[in-house]
Amino acid sequence: MLLPEPRGALTSALFAALRTSPRTQVDVCVEPSDLDDATLALWVLHELSYRGFDDVDDAAEWDLGALAVRRRLEDDLERRMRERYAASAARPDTGDLAADLFTYIEQFEGPSLARFVQTTATRDQVLELLKWRSIYHLKEADPTAWVIPRLPVRAKAALAELQYDEYGGGNPNQLHQNLFTRGMRAVGLNEKYGRYVGEAPTEFLEMNNALSMLGLHRRLRAAALGHLAAFETTSSEPSRRIAQGLRRLELAEELAEYYDEHVTADAVHDQLAVRSICGTLVDDEPDQAEEIFFGAFVCMDMESRAAHAAFARWGVDA
Amino acid sequence: MSEAPIYPHADVEICPGGPMLVRNAGAIRDADGQVHRVDKPIVALCRCQKSARKPWCDGTHKLLPPEKRPQ
Ligand code: FES
Repeated sequence: MLLPEPRGALTSALFAALRTSPRTQVDVCVEPSDLDDATLALWVLHELSYRGFDDVDDAAEWDLGALAVRRRLEDDLERRMRERYAASAARPDTGDLAADLFTYIEQFEGPSLARFVQTTATRDQVLELLKWRSIYHLKEADPTAWVIPRLPVRAKAALAELQYDEYGGGNPNQLHQNLFTRGMRAVGLNEKYGRYVGEAPTEFLEMNNALSMLGLHRRLRAAALGHLAAFETTSSEPSRRIAQGLRRLELAEELAEYYDEHVTADAVHDQLAVRSICGTLVDDEPDQAEEIFFGAFVCMDMESRAAHAAFARWGVDA
Repeated sequence: MSEAPIYPHADVEICPGGPMLVRNAGAIRDADGQVHRVDKPIVALCRCQKSARKPWCDGTHKLLPPEKRPQ
């Protein structure tokens, strides 16, 4: 993948600097033009730790100047997420973490893109949504893989069990990322990794940035797992709706099958994530409980913001 | 130094309010006698009877009021 088109002053300066790293250290103190510019910059800086860019040297991942920019952008993102969490409804606290976490996630209210896809969306809207979602699906499960080495014994074993399924249980054809790739190709989209970054709205990129940031920081390990719990818990039912919508629009069966797979897989994953992963982590590290709820909030809040953004673009009342 | 703990771990887990997790099953016979091959190391079996994908759990139990969910 090549660096995307810049979206403002920061991405212009940063991308130019990344192209000449490591010959010259990245030295960028430009303020972002707006949130969109800041968000794309952070997305690109995180991507250096995944698959990288053909026009950026691999060493740029640990360029101190690039890390300084990343840190500033991450601090700002985290501050905004924590402010929204602090202003949101209090979490239940009965002492039963699994029950509380399920309740907290079920009670969160946000607009549903899945319901819209199921009943109303046009073919073009669905294809556009798939392009935006592909930014995540083509690296599905990767951000959470970084958390494994940071966990105590039980949570580690349970997360490995979940991730093993995400990664196809040893069968590359069943790798969830790869199932999505096949689905994209079948509906005529370009399945190349990162192909649609340039078209993705701020909110969809930001949703990915939040997940990458939680995965990359050991300090935020419990929030990463809370995010996972919310993600898996809110997946089966929406996946069922999306599969129905895809069949309603007679889009290729391969893609509907990707969502079918998630209906049953995520009915397993949410139990593992809430009970075996988050539950045992809090047994072992009780001070991490609040962070788990923070992470769950981030997942649902980001999804809700992305849904609002999509509906606004399409002129649909959420 | 204290001994490393042995953690209680089970192949089959009843999830309160939700499905039953089953590990390392080769095949499942459902209530109608039909046998379903299992190609995954862990699956969730519906306990609430409301799944549209029985014998698998499809998350429908979450749409039931708490008192209607399996114990
Ligand atoms: S137990 Fe999950 S759908 Fe029945």
